[in-house]
Amino acid sequence: MFNLAFLIPIFPLLAFVLIVFFLNRNNRVSALTAVGGILLAGVFSYGVLFEAIGRGGELAKHPESFSLPGFFTLPTGKETFFVGWMIDPLAAITLFMVTTICLMIFIYSIGYMQHSHTDAQGQHHVTDDPRYARFFAYISLFAGGMLGLVISSNLIELFLFWEIMGLCSYLLIGFWSVRAPGEHHIDDAQTVRAKFAAIKAFLTTRVGDSVFFIGIIFLYIHAHDLTFPVIFTEETLHHLAKTEMLPGVPWVTVIALLILAGTIGKSAQFPLHIWLPDAMEGPTPVSALIHAATMVSAGVYLIARMFPLFLTAAETHGPVMQVVALVGAFTALFAATIGIAQDDIKRVLAYSTISQLGFMVAALGIEAYTAGTFHLITHAFFKALLFLSAGAVIHGVGTNDMMNMGGLRKKMPITATVFIVGAIALAGIPPFAGFWSKDEILGHAFELGFGEHPDPVASAVFVMLAIAAFCTAFYMTRQIFLTFFGEGRDHHAFEHAHESPVVMWAPLAVLAFFAATIGFINATPLGIDFFGKFVGEYVLGIKAHMEHTPFNPLVAGMSVGIALTGIALGYLLYGLRPLKHGQRDPLMVLGPVWTLLRNKYFMDELYGVVIAQKAGPAGKTGKADSVRVQPGLLLMFVGWLSEVCYAFDKAIVDGMVNLVAALGRALATVSGWIDKTFVDGAVNLVGVVTEEIGDGLKLIQTGRVQNYLLLAVTGATICVLVFFLIR
Amino acid sequence: MVPWLSLLVALPLIGAVIVLLIPKSAQADSQIKWFAIIWSLVPLAVASFLWFGLYNPAVSKMQFEETAMWISAINVRYHLGVDGLSMPLVWLTTLLTVLSLYYSSFTIHERIREFFFMFLLLEVGMLGVFVSLDFFLFYVFWELGLVPMYFLIAIWGHKEDRPLYSSIKFFLYTLAGSVFMLLAIIAMYINTSSATTLGTFDFIELAAKKPFANDWTFQTLAFWAIFIAFAIKVPLFPFHTWLPDAHTAAPTAGSVILAGILLKLGTYGIVRVLVPIFPQAFQANATIIGILAAISIVYGALAAMAQTDFKRLIAYSSVNHMGYVILGIAAAVAVGAAKVDDRAIALNGAILQMFNHGVITGALFFIVGMLYERAHTRALAEFGGLGAKIPVYGAILLTATFASLGLPGLAGFISEFMVFRGAFATMSVLSTISVLGIVFGAAMLLWKVIQKVLLGAFDDAKWKEKESHGIHLNDLVRFEAITVAPLIFLMVLIGVYPSVILNTINTLSTAILSAIKF
Repeated sequence: MFNLAFLIPIFPLLAFVLIVFFLNRNNRVSALTAVGGILLAGVFSYGVLFEAIGRGGELAKHPESFSLPGFFTLPTGKETFFVGWMIDPLAAITLFMVTTICLMIFIYSIGYMQHSHTDAQGQHHVTDDPRYARFFAYISLFAGGMLGLVISSNLIELFLFWEIMGLCSYLLIGFWSVRAPGEHHIDDAQTVRAKFAAIKAFLTTRVGDSVFFIGIIFLYIHAHDLTFPVIFTEETLHHLAKTEMLPGVPWVTVIALLILAGTIGKSAQFPLHIWLPDAMEGPTPVSALIHAATMVSAGVYLIARMFPLFLTAAETHGPVMQVVALVGAFTALFAATIGIAQDDIKRVLAYSTISQLGFMVAALGIEAYTAGTFHLITHAFFKALLFLSAGAVIHGVGTNDMMNMGGLRKKMPITATVFIVGAIALAGIPPFAGFWSKDEILGHAFELGFGEHPDPVASAVFVMLAIAAFCTAFYMTRQIFLTFFGEGRDHHAFEHAHESPVVMWAPLAVLAFFAATIGFINATPLGIDFFGKFVGEYVLGIKAHMEHTPFNPLVAGMSVGIALTGIALGYLLYGLRPLKHGQRDPLMVLGPVWTLLRNKYFMDELYGVVIAQKAGPAGKTGKADSVRVQPGLLLMFVGWLSEVCYAFDKAIVDGMVNLVAALGRALATVSGWIDKTFVDGAVNLVGVVTEEIGDGLKLIQTGRVQNYLLLAVTGATICVLVFFLIR
Repeated sequence: MVPWLSLLVALPLIGAVIVLLIPKSAQADSQIKWFAIIWSLVPLAVASFLWFGLYNPAVSKMQFEETAMWISAINVRYHLGVDGLSMPLVWLTTLLTVLSLYYSSFTIHERIREFFFMFLLLEVGMLGVFVSLDFFLFYVFWELGLVPMYFLIAIWGHKEDRPLYSSIKFFLYTLAGSVFMLLAIIAMYINTSSATTLGTFDFIELAAKKPFANDWTFQTLAFWAIFIAFAIKVPLFPFHTWLPDAHTAAPTAGSVILAGILLKLGTYGIVRVLVPIFPQAFQANATIIGILAAISIVYGALAAMAQTDFKRLIAYSSVNHMGYVILGIAAAVAVGAAKVDDRAIALNGAILQMFNHGVITGALFFIVGMLYERAHTRALAEFGGLGAKIPVYGAILLTATFASLGLPGLAGFISEFMVFRGAFATMSVLSTISVLGIVFGAAMLLWKVIQKVLLGAFDDAKWKEKESHGIHLNDLVRFEAITVAPLIFLMVLIGVYPSVILNTINTLSTAILSAIKF
């Protein structure tokens, strides 16, 4: 089975090619092709997973890698670079997660990408999105990219798929950035928001990717290879730890930090998190698939893949792991606080995603490899579930603004139920999935931070994560009460609301099942440590010298307590007295803190770009100019720099060229003048002199024969005289 | 033995003569067009047969060599040959010529005979430069290529973009550089001659004899004289300002050839002449050249970002992209402890980048031209929403743009990766600065090109009104799709299967660098 694993990304890629070149005129066939592609990929992925489980711990010790010699090679001097794929337990379980979620989301999209509208006669219509087939092409390409990344056996291949996902992310965030005449499924304001959100996403991740790119190059230079089984040998890692960039700074530290930048960009960690909330302009299945479950977790997957390198860096006492842990924990806290003060149903979830990714990164930073990767898997299920049910809500009510929702559990009971399942999983209430993985991270941090040898970094991480967990429970409760309870605050939206078709809610049910149960694969308090044994004992053949944290009832109690407190506070503020139409958010009593959170700590104003509907009635018109797009200070600086460069180019660089040309012409003029006056003048002088002589001479040219004769005789006499004198 | 290369160079020349001889008649224009297109397929077929049929990529020596004495008094020889550096460029020249002629046959409507004559003559010049192994011959072809391009810009250029100013600027600027080169050529000839033997113009002999090996001042002078001639052609900052003017004014096919091939003459010359003949001088000045390259990369991207004209923006992006080529070459010969393999990667990347830039930017100029033909404007602010209105055009522009900004899976990435992989080994600071160019380049293309042209809502009212002026924004028609399809295919092919071309290049880079003592 493993030797056929390369087919897993091929199927969706094939679907992409088929749709783009042949099937794009037929929406149904295109959608079915996409679903078929991912279904086949899923079959093979499940096969790989079962075989991997069958091999047990052996596979972790000896990951299997394959290459296609002769096909894709990169000749570099005498070395040659091969393309290949590699299966280890982490890849196997991630394949399972990705294909399952992809399949559900693909099916869901069949329904989601249809828009209902009511025409002038009051007739109800359901039409496909004008670019329905294109959507399925893009998500198929994306799935191919993600699956390819998971099985990549070397870093360059991983980077290739990494960027293909970035491309798809860009295309799909901007999916509603174009509008042809006669299309009414979106308004002009949406196109403006979507296009700038797409550019923001691509360029922000590009910044991280460029640094990651440098990391790849340095790794290639110093390890002479990028293939995982080759670079993750004791010998190569030792070499990287021994060679130094600067005295006291081994290359392994530098490379690990550079690679971390890739994670920070892709997994939306502080300070490159700014793109993810705006990425919500894309269709909701995209938010669920790319911006919650798969692509953004690829950054975490990257650290997990490169874990031996990070461990080696930690052994050299470089501050790598501490940086990873603090970036993750800070992001978790930072994003969770912003999530409290957002009104857009998807943006709350987006900040939640950033925050949860921070949990995973922090977990890897404190060397809790099992916990981090476990959270990656569980989070993917419940966050995809949350997004898709939020999408069902948006599809039903036609707005993203929670202030215009309320009471929807009556209209959309299935959606409300599965959303609450997802929210409980996220908040960390046992026995739902999020509890097990989050508890494991907190437990590990607590153990390191407050155990026998307290580590200040780990204790800081624990405190930040604990507060973040509290905020998580709080904002999820706020969201549930604002959306599903109380009364409909917007009469029109409430009337419009309807339960989704089965093609949309059935995938939700499947995901809800996983969100509730997937945690049991590593329920350590119950003595189940299947996942830990399977994934966590060896990392790419290197023995992971991480000790298992014994189950700590204190921490588990604490983490449940934190979650319950958050829920209770949320209930107090939003559940007891549900908001009525026109009522203000009770959190506004926080004053300036509220403003700060509401505006996301003004990071966009600093170095990103603000993309927002203008407040007030202007925002309702749907016109392009109702969107406020304001570049941050850094962007304004770059724009200014570019203008300065061009002005310099025109004035100075080209100015010099034109100056030389002008000098040349001036010289030519001068030389022409000299030519005319002196050189030509001399010539003319000869002429003038001749003329003058002629003028003088013509006086004697009288025309009288006797005068000529006289002259001739005189001349002849003179000649004769001269002749005789000379003789 | 078939004199393949002579045949290759002679074919377009014969074609050009035949174009002149086609009798005047009512059908003459279409006869000329079709004859030129079909005739230009022959050099492409020959070049393809040579590269994929006869050429042995494992051999680093010159192949299909031809030698004959031309002017024995000064030892000028008719010496032709190709290797892994010139073979891909020869092939690309023949390909882009076919595509340009084909595209022009639909879009050029005046002075047909002169246009196709000039174009075939241009092909002679370009092919001649790439296959010449004698500096004298090289120089003849070098100047020969200049003249037709001058006329193409001046006569068929866009009237509102100062074609005369731009063409003269292009001509004089290049010529000014060539004069320095000519002096250096003569100096090398004299230096290699002695009381009893004649000097040489032969590249291979010059590389073996290393003129001015013991005269550092003269070596440096000769190096810079030739370097400036090539740097103007590339163009390297600060010699680049002729490029935006020439590109903006030139007709579409002229821009394609200018960007696709003529710029490569500069970088080709640097690798062909300066690396093997003046390795010491090059090495000593590599840092300065690397700095100029880094400036070109960052500054080119920033200056492109400030453009409001689509074509001018693409022209400035060439300054950025050709900067990578120079960076790769400079890094390959720079002082440092790097191994030959590391250097070979940089040189591989630089040579591949030449080819890729020809494919990608060639395609982009076609794409700009197609839009201009429809809209009669290139102002980026005029467009918007075309991605929905003309989706095939949008898809092609999107692919070419992403290839240009170095998306993995498309051609540009492979060469950029290799350039940086090599350059970080010897010039890590300059390379780090140059990485900024990748970010700015992406910003420039996404923000200025795709966002302004393809995204947003299509302004139906405005374009409806323009229809009364004969402006119709319809999607690509067949001849346009045929023109760009081969280039798009190459972008994807090289992006996923680079060894198809890298095997040819790699042998050569390794050989060139192994011959140098570091």
